[in-house]
Amino acid sequence: MRFSDSIFPQRFQITHQDLEAYLGEALSRGGDYADLYFEYLATSSISIDESMVKSASQGVSVGVGVRVISGERTGYAYSGDLAPEKIRKAARLAACIASGPGRTDKVDLNEGRLHNLYPVLTAPTETAFSERVELVKRADRAARAYSPQIFQVQATYADNLRQVMVATSEGVLTLDRQPLARLSVSALARRNAGAPQRGHAGGGGRVELSFFLDQKPPEHFATEAAREAIAMLDAVEAPAGESIVVLGPGWPGILLHEAVGHGLEADFNRKGVSAFSGRIGQKVASELCTVIDDGTLGGRRGSLNVDDEGHPTQRNVLIENGVLRGYLRDKLSSQLARADSTGNGRRESYAHIPMPRMTNTFMLAGESDPGDIIRSVPKGLYCANFGGGQVDITSGNFVFSASESYLIEDGKLTRPVRNATLIGNGPEALKYVSMVGSDLRLDEGVGVCGKEGQSVPVGVGIPTIRIDRMTVGGTA
Amino acid sequence: MSQNHLLELAQDVVRRALEAGSTDAECTVAEGDEFSANVRMRDLENLKEAGSRAAGLRILIGHKTGSAYTSDLSAEGIEKLVRSAVELADITTEDPHAGLPAPDELGSLPGDLGLYVPGIEALETGMKIDWAKRAEEAALSADPRISNSEGASFDTHTGRHIFANSRGFAGEYRTSYCSLAVSPVAREGDSMERDYWYTMARRLEDLEQPEEVGRTAARRALRRLNAVKVETQKVPVVFEPRTARSLLDNIFEAAHGTAIYRHESFLDGTLGEKVASEKVTVVDDATLPGLFGTSPFDDEGVPSRRTVVIEKGVLKSYLLNTYAARKLGMKTTGNASRGLAGNAGIGHGNFFLEQGVQTPEQIVASISNGFYVTELLGFGVNIVTGDYSRGAAGLWIRNGELAFAVSEVTIAGNLKDMLLGIETVGADLAFRGSVAAPTLKIGEMTVAGR
Repeated sequence: MRFSDSIFPQRFQITHQDLEAYLGEALSRGGDYADLYFEYLATSSISIDESMVKSASQGVSVGVGVRVISGERTGYAYSGDLAPEKIRKAARLAACIASGPGRTDKVDLNEGRLHNLYPVLTAPTETAFSERVELVKRADRAARAYSPQIFQVQATYADNLRQVMVATSEGVLTLDRQPLARLSVSALARRNAGAPQRGHAGGGGRVELSFFLDQKPPEHFATEAAREAIAMLDAVEAPAGESIVVLGPGWPGILLHEAVGHGLEADFNRKGVSAFSGRIGQKVASELCTVIDDGTLGGRRGSLNVDDEGHPTQRNVLIENGVLRGYLRDKLSSQLARADSTGNGRRESYAHIPMPRMTNTFMLAGESDPGDIIRSVPKGLYCANFGGGQVDITSGNFVFSASESYLIEDGKLTRPVRNATLIGNGPEALKYVSMVGSDLRLDEGVGVCGKEGQSVPVGVGIPTIRIDRMTVGGTA
Repeated sequence: MSQNHLLELAQDVVRRALEAGSTDAECTVAEGDEFSANVRMRDLENLKEAGSRAAGLRILIGHKTGSAYTSDLSAEGIEKLVRSAVELADITTEDPHAGLPAPDELGSLPGDLGLYVPGIEALETGMKIDWAKRAEEAALSADPRISNSEGASFDTHTGRHIFANSRGFAGEYRTSYCSLAVSPVAREGDSMERDYWYTMARRLEDLEQPEEVGRTAARRALRRLNAVKVETQKVPVVFEPRTARSLLDNIFEAAHGTAIYRHESFLDGTLGEKVASEKVTVVDDATLPGLFGTSPFDDEGVPSRRTVVIEKGVLKSYLLNTYAARKLGMKTTGNASRGLAGNAGIGHGNFFLEQGVQTPEQIVASISNGFYVTELLGFGVNIVTGDYSRGAAGLWIRNGELAFAVSEVTIAGNLKDMLLGIETVGADLAFRGSVAAPTLKIGEMTVAGR
């Protein structure tokens, strides 16, 4: 996108000269670096519950964040008002982090390079509501039609269009238009008067609305949610203690996000507070494991043409054949490490300071047949789907909670088991990976990652893998 | 903008919504200012300062609803806000239960609830940095094994909340608070652990002293060092107040009116029944002066109140907004809660478990072999079934004493059994937020480890 086509000059009359002046103000007390992050965010959401569309909302928020870096220090101020005097005030506040003579070198802005990973002509947010509301109605009908045992269905469709402009004191000006859409379905099943069980499914990405008509229609997610709810009606107690665990492909890749991803974010490593600090070049996983973080996958939820500091995203190898290769860096950590940014500087909104974050994190496919992996296990647990996870990056301990899993007995999936949390230690857990399947799958596009109070959309992926030892938090 | 201006703005938005064809309307305006100073390893790391405001509108046309929000409060922005909300009523469904509270249910608690203390916004930046430095220094100098830190921060926040509806309600209140937090890292050999401690108050004078916050955080990090994974077993489990709080979060989700009318809570259909041990009384009270869950009215303009949710183990009330109450044939409990967009949800005021008589030391002393939980990880709680399985860390209790650190284990059970199995309630209830619990001992849970 060209500057002149963007909403910021068009609706808010912001010029190159204005941006250069604001950056000058930000560096008026010294400082090594300054940037401006302009954001215009339009969101909408539609929900169905009890077969009634009970809620529909839309809205707009606009703002700018000004950041000044001085050594390891960051000054940050933002304004929800793009009036010139408000932006100048924010720039002056952010400038206070530095305490030296002002910089006099003038910033000359030029448009930076970026990918074109989501060539979406009309963002879902820009389509007619009459089309979007059909998605939740179809999901509701399909989940109920799946089985008379389904007695409650909720579906939410949400989308947003984020228009951003980043201007840096290094003279780079980047503009991006970032569409995002997601459909989520939750179904409750009950047999006779027994206790209910819930199933979930959802997906989306940086896509056009037609994605939900041609590729992943509402019926796909609805029947998946209904199937999971019904499968769980027969669930028995989960085992407690160490076990062989097989993870199915796709969303179970959240293991990587928690076990290694967060621990490799450069801010934690710069400060020496991660269990992975100082371990580059060491073996932290079995040689079957190669783990990638890639922000350049077309249309994916975790992908970005440029990160939220205006740096193009890229493919980063985190673990290669079991050996730790690299960290995820943002501007500040790359400046302090005298290395390049890896395109992982992200933030929730203009009101937040960027930090190193994941994009799409996954393990490369191996050579094992997924069926053989299950057949190889005399007694263990097969996890098909998960809820959320969390990690304590300092001790390295992480958890992720299975929402659909089955006992493996004599190489066969037998009974479904109740929800259980799995726990492991980041630098140790992947050493027990003994088989990696050929069936790498990325998740459907629902992930939200939280760090220090900031939420950003992410993706994960994994092939079927066998882990010889992991603690399963059941009761049996 | 003056404070009356924002109240008038909200009333004006409601008026415009009615002019545009709405039969009812409710408008929320929120304004906030935040400041944050972070230090790390004795040096200033971040300063952040800003303010923001935005408005949200929900309208009804008959029993159809629509909602919109904006951060653009100009005349043009407000006009678009109204148009956006009204437009959406076209795609929603006629819902006979949708609507505003009855006029006689509206109102606001009188008097000063102590939510706003002037002076918070006037605190000097240098003083805030100094408090954060003092807290971190106290942690770093507490023990040579505290050799690193994730830093300390001093934060202040002031806000204003305005609500008006087409049934004649218009109200507003201001809030302020300050907080101080520190996260030291302890290291010994290959073992590295972090923990944190914080203090939060409406008034600076009510914060714990920085040195006390730092020393507490250091003590918490140090006692986690050299943790081991224990063998899988069923034992009594003690939740310290910080982790016991999360059980209150679970009770809140299960007593939540929406979860009840959807039949997606393990407490569904148990009103009047024994759902917890007789030692358990759980109260929601948004009227307690100065506390973090206090407000004069809820987010539908209904006065805040005290609701006993569980009394001596018996479930007495769900927590309801107007919509959930109508679905269940009940009356709202004044628990409506909303952001700027969408229908009102359900929130809590000060939600707490009434304290008992035993000290935490007495509770630990009563156990020969058990687990004292100081940290919980993950989201392994299923409110539909009550199934509970979370990552945990803490200290092992051996012969009535905290003997050694434990980590990389899970604790599991079912919330129904866990609530009935609460054997002892501690005497150490303290509010560090809007949800609070004293130390709790549960008779038996499964600890999964080696």
